[in-house]
Amino acid sequence: MREVAIIGIGQTPVGEHWTTSLRHLAFEAARNALRDANVDKVDAIYVGNMLSGEITGQEHLGALVADFLGLSGVEALKIEAACASGSAAVRVGTMAVASGMADIVLAMGVEKMTDTSGRETTAALAMAADAEYEVSQGVSFVALNALLMRRYMYEYGWQHRDFANFAVNAHTNGMNNPNAMFRFPVTPEAYERSPIISSPVGLLDASPVCDGAAAVILAPAEYARTLSPAPVLIKGSAIATAPLAIHDRPDPLVLEAAVLSAQRAYKMAGITPADVDFFELHDAFAIMAALSLEAAGFAERGKGVQMALDGEITREGRLPISTMGGLKARGHPVGATGVYQIVEAALQLRGLAGENQLARARLGMTQNIGGSGATIITHILESLA
Amino acid sequence: MEAKVAHDWRLRGQRYRLEGEVCEHCGAKIFPPRDICPHCHQPARKPQTFSGKGEVYTFSTVQSPPQGFERYVPYTVALVKLEEGPVVTAQLTDVAPQDVKIGMPVEMVTRRLYTQNDESTITYGYKFRPVLR
Ligand SMILES: [Zn+2]
Repeated sequence: MREVAIIGIGQTPVGEHWTTSLRHLAFEAARNALRDANVDKVDAIYVGNMLSGEITGQEHLGALVADFLGLSGVEALKIEAACASGSAAVRVGTMAVASGMADIVLAMGVEKMTDTSGRETTAALAMAADAEYEVSQGVSFVALNALLMRRYMYEYGWQHRDFANFAVNAHTNGMNNPNAMFRFPVTPEAYERSPIISSPVGLLDASPVCDGAAAVILAPAEYARTLSPAPVLIKGSAIATAPLAIHDRPDPLVLEAAVLSAQRAYKMAGITPADVDFFELHDAFAIMAALSLEAAGFAERGKGVQMALDGEITREGRLPISTMGGLKARGHPVGATGVYQIVEAALQLRGLAGENQLARARLGMTQNIGGSGATIITHILESLA
Repeated sequence: MEAKVAHDWRLRGQRYRLEGEVCEHCGAKIFPPRDICPHCHQPARKPQTFSGKGEVYTFSTVQSPPQGFERYVPYTVALVKLEEGPVVTAQLTDVAPQDVKIGMPVEMVTRRLYTQNDESTITYGYKFRPVLR
């Protein structure tokens, strides 16, 4: 098996792109990544996306993106794993290059969520859950996270306000990211006062509905230095699954798929959690950030919130998270999110994160969560520069 | 939400009677039915009807619903831990949101789940209410 590196990255700004269609968002991110890698041909294209069929009425994104990039003829597929579709595409691309079946791969994610009403988008997002036994009961995606947050608060004695620093930190970091959707600060008071959308989850617990696309170019690590001045090694890459419905999980407060995928990625990379310099986690909701920190081994069970309260998650803290705004402030264009995480981690590792550049960024980790935790994908990235 | 006739008919045993399975290898009670025991991974096909008694494990009151549930807002969804073991996602009914507590004893009732409009087919299924004393 060959080692795989990222030799180019690209993204679009995240936001409500009323003037840009799904295909053009995909084109822009892919073209940016191809230019960054200084290549004009690839052996395969993997497009992560969750909702194009439901919202745009468009499936078959592999062929569509290949065509609009002028690369018709190439191998191309859409990859779907709910909100984890983006990093699933990177994972599939990594396997293709590692196996030797492809040399240069475009792995990307794209999502267009704002062409439908809020209610329609809410219903589309719920398709990540169990249609027969969760969604039929009127459970929204927000409600699933609310069920977890309420139980977490009950078992460990936390108050809603104790989660505030997850939103505060994300917005602080989003302010300096030119591609972030929200570039304004949030105070703990504003977090506490935000309207409840599904108790106890408030508006400032939740990441926004938005559009965006992000892309990476993958190549064998042995050639990466000749192809790119600042390649990034994919040192660990792992997908794990858990039961689709929360009610089928033995312990709903443990993200078992995150535990498994993190452990597999650590093993592949030959590192421990203590070696990780920063963590781009899946803060679609504040509760998911807490559960992710625990499952990945950075906090004990029930103590993920303590890391936020103690300021350990800031850019100066023990484990900076959401360093470019995370899902909360950069935005969560679902099928693109995992690739944004990897692109942002690559910026940190290349020393190109601007005002948000971390003092120490040698080894970064990303974790992308599909649904309420049924598919979880972890990547560990290392600078080769 | 729109009723899908064949789909709703297939689920009648689960929706109206909480029909699940019991594993003959390890004795685990399973709902919804899945034919492979999630505990011991052996085949499990023996039918088991659940009592419908349980308690609230966690809950949330929905203010911002998915399409199809607008007319029911606000409503409270919960994870209900059945006395036989499995956990079910369901709405609570006959109780004000502010009166719901984790640990509250509840029982299954059959209620309207959704209907698209006043003329269309109604989909019925389980909800849970506080146990009547
Ligand atoms: Zn069994």
